[in-house]
Amino acid sequence: MDPRRSARTVSDPKVRQVGFFTPAAPPERSCSDPPRQQDLIQPQSPSSTQVNDHSRSGDSLSPVMIPPPPHHHSDTLLRTALQVSSPKTALSYSAKTVTIPTENDDVPSSLSPSRKFVAVKSPSSYPGVRAISVPASELTTVSVVNLPPGISEKVGGGASVEVQNDRPVSSKSLKEKTSKAERRAMQEAQRAAKAAAKAEGTKASSTATKVATSANTKPSKAAKPSSQKNDGSQFAASEKKVGDRAPEKDRKKDAPHPRMQYDDTSRVEKAKKRAVVKQTEVRNRVELFRHLPQYEHGTQLPDLETKFFELDPMHPAVYKVGLQYLSGDIRGGNARCIAMFLAFKEAIKDYSTPPEKTLIRDLTARISSYVSFLIECRPLSVSMGNAIKFLKNQIAKLPLALSESEAKATLMSDIDRFINEKIIVAEKVIVKHAVTKIRDGDVLLTYGASSAVGMILLHAHELGKQFRVVVVDSRPKLEGQLLLRRLVRKGLSCTYTHVNAVSCIMQEVTRVFLGASSVLSNGTVYSRVGTACVAMVAHAFRVPVLVCCEAYKFHERVQLDSICFNELGNPDAISKVHGREDINYLDGLVNRENLQLLNLVYDATPSDYVSMIITDYGMIPPTSVPVIVREYRREHLWS
Amino acid sequence: MPDTQALVNDFLNKLKKRKIEGSQAAAKQTAELLRSVISQTRVPYTNQAAALIQSVKAVGEGLIAANPVELAVGNVVRRVLHIIREEDLSLTTAAMAGLNLSAVSDDEDDVDGDNQPVLSAAAIAAASRSTLRPPSLQTLLEDVPDSAAVPHTSSSGGDSEGKSKSADKSSRSRKLKHDVIEAVNELIQDINTCHEQIAEQAVEHIHQNEVILTLGSSRTVLEFLCAAKEKKRSFRVFVAEGAPRYQGHLLAKELVTRGLQTTLITDSAVFAMISRVNMVIVGAHAVMANGGVIAPVGLNMVALAAQKHAVPFVVLAGSHKLCPLYPHHPEVLLNELRSPSELLDFGEFSDCLDFGSGIGAPLLHVVNPTFDYVPPKLVSLFITDTGGHNPSYMYRLIADYYSADDLVLQRRATSGN
Repeated sequence: MDPRRSARTVSDPKVRQVGFFTPAAPPERSCSDPPRQQDLIQPQSPSSTQVNDHSRSGDSLSPVMIPPPPHHHSDTLLRTALQVSSPKTALSYSAKTVTIPTENDDVPSSLSPSRKFVAVKSPSSYPGVRAISVPASELTTVSVVNLPPGISEKVGGGASVEVQNDRPVSSKSLKEKTSKAERRAMQEAQRAAKAAAKAEGTKASSTATKVATSANTKPSKAAKPSSQKNDGSQFAASEKKVGDRAPEKDRKKDAPHPRMQYDDTSRVEKAKKRAVVKQTEVRNRVELFRHLPQYEHGTQLPDLETKFFELDPMHPAVYKVGLQYLSGDIRGGNARCIAMFLAFKEAIKDYSTPPEKTLIRDLTARISSYVSFLIECRPLSVSMGNAIKFLKNQIAKLPLALSESEAKATLMSDIDRFINEKIIVAEKVIVKHAVTKIRDGDVLLTYGASSAVGMILLHAHELGKQFRVVVVDSRPKLEGQLLLRRLVRKGLSCTYTHVNAVSCIMQEVTRVFLGASSVLSNGTVYSRVGTACVAMVAHAFRVPVLVCCEAYKFHERVQLDSICFNELGNPDAISKVHGREDINYLDGLVNRENLQLLNLVYDATPSDYVSMIITDYGMIPPTSVPVIVREYRREHLWS
Repeated sequence: MPDTQALVNDFLNKLKKRKIEGSQAAAKQTAELLRSVISQTRVPYTNQAAALIQSVKAVGEGLIAANPVELAVGNVVRRVLHIIREEDLSLTTAAMAGLNLSAVSDDEDDVDGDNQPVLSAAAIAAASRSTLRPPSLQTLLEDVPDSAAVPHTSSSGGDSEGKSKSADKSSRSRKLKHDVIEAVNELIQDINTCHEQIAEQAVEHIHQNEVILTLGSSRTVLEFLCAAKEKKRSFRVFVAEGAPRYQGHLLAKELVTRGLQTTLITDSAVFAMISRVNMVIVGAHAVMANGGVIAPVGLNMVALAAQKHAVPFVVLAGSHKLCPLYPHHPEVLLNELRSPSELLDFGEFSDCLDFGSGIGAPLLHVVNPTFDYVPPKLVSLFITDTGGHNPSYMYRLIADYYSADDLVLQRRATSGN
């Protein structure tokens, strides 16, 4: 970096200050060229301002602010230059200086490097004020490069100023670039400075006192508190940083742990031992999806029903919800999440801490066992995962002093709050946002049955907007018919079609509204299988795709395809077409070795197909998802 | 004639009721019907070809109108017309050559009729140009005035032929018909064997451990995959079921019984799975002159997904599926909407579907199209019975099979209706 430039820019404020503070020049200063000296010294008297000035750039906590001209750039240059040198210079200064300034006597225990510098320098300044030919401008070069012994003694007022200038900068460097070695060097410098100051104190000379004009001392005193303040703030800042870092570490620890991979036989065996639900593996597993659970469907339900009275650890409410998941009575991210939370609420209500156990630990373990039971019934959705994380966090955060009933009440209200804020209200907010995107004459296409999209459409209809809805549906669940039923009942004019025909119908569509099971932090929308197809076709036809998703469903995981993580539904649903008995070609073949039936439940829509994601935080592009994920987590997990 | 009329009516009915499944069957039956029409047509001494063309056209127009979406019918009609013209031309040139050179016998003429014009004089060349339109830019440009007078081309061809005919023997009339019927037989043969010819190329395209995706069912695809399997290639096939007809189940069944590793998926999972697929192989309903494909519904989606993941999208099509028309708004004009009952239970939604429900317009529409249009840019390769071709080459391939005069056949037919 070129030091000349940085020096020049730094000198600029000084030159300005000359204008402000000329009268402050101490007359005693013996100097070859007074104006220069003034140049040099004035800054000392207004050093407070200057310190402030620089510290402003550093920390911006000082009250006085003189805006220095093109500060920003020079600052960085300067800083980088100083970072290397400042400790060393400090040392050299402290070693070299012999005289003691009176003003600094009252600061024997200077802790911050800045103060040390002040202590050391201002005295040293006084003998050879003239020192540097272009002292002010040389600022960096002086402090950095030179310090030949002779000069360092002569550095003079300019030097003191410089150092004071340096201080905030170096402190900034300390703060910002917290390299360990550097900090240690700083500490050592401090220590040395302290020692030097003491030595100086003993040798205090009258000349030094003479030097100290009232103009000088006052500002320097003024400078001190400000510098202290700065230091304080700086420490506070660094503390804050540490405070920041801690959650960061947590976050690292908390980064999505690898999911259970079902091709890991040992772990699967282990998990099976613990399992409540008897699961038999599907005969013809799809090779590509060995990492996902592929269990026989339909066998668990009767099995569980018989076990109803044996399931000691399971709370009946949780058990009921599990069965509903298994049978598919409750589906959809929000519905499943609410059902789970209500069941947990019941369970918490009936919970009593066993003797010699603490509520926090025991309840967490209990919830964990419930959750693993629910997972056996059906893999968790992302929304449920987030919700569980929230609940566990709330439990962990319970103050120990709380009585059991209080703790339970707190948790139950937490659950209610979550359901209300994050799901119900969030949905309303989404509806409010999304409705603004519906205009008269629109043809809106939606896929499957998203609760949010359904509400949006109904709300827009209630507002009297004139639009048409295209409901696209696909096998095997045919959830679109549920939505269709709701819409038609309310009198919306609908078109119903299947996913294959989407490119035929897309030409007349003006907007696509999609629901999502989750939005991952790379912008991928993880949703009901087929969503990606619809979004892709819409993209091909240049139709905007709006994804409606509550922010609590956002997840920090990333995913590029639909294979790494997914859920496999019942394969028998593939071979039999509901309501079409004539499609029975595969009846006798299901057990054939080389026939596999793959019933994917979700797929991942790449973010380039998504024009906009509508959340309770507003309407954002898919690239902003990680921001929401971050903020949401902070709000919820570290509030 | 009455028996052919009955045949024609029967076939028309079948077409109208959409009883004929698949373009191959339609093509074959059309060719057979036209063959019998030709054989029943009483040919006058003069203007034989014109008479044949006229009778074929009359029947053909009816057939096309009966099911305008079944492009194979129109294709076959046009090809038969083309055959008549070609045979007629070869006979004409042979006759002219016979007149001019008076050295070659008739029989030899039609054997090497194609070589004859090279030897013949400019007059013969001119005559031949008026009847035959070899599909090159040169001739097309020259023929512009002629094709403007399209309705008369056949007669004009007949005129030129009539002149030469005056010198002809009665054996020639029988000869033309005979030749045409021979050629139509060949066409039928081609249609029958197109699967095998396409399947022969399978080994060149399918390699070990490939993952292939297909949607719905097509006999061509089935034969293609099985041919590769027979060559000891082991690969796996993802079959999308192809709602609402679920023909994919049928294909999966066939593949499983033939020992292929098959995975049946829903149509909606196509995008999810295509990232693991090496090649998409599908059948087509028709291939348009611009290289676009009229295909079973859902294939546009598959093609888009394949393009997104840079997976080759290969279309198998017999030559009877090559249509000389250019598609305009094919999603609507070359499509067919099937019954809503395939998608929805009438019971529940009947009141909404009903026109009589208050407002006049039904609240609920059900769209159940049969075909999709896949634009040529999404197609990587066509495999026809004559080999693999780029979409951009299809127009040229098509020009080999059809004469330019017949392209407007359908427009006349539709405008007539």
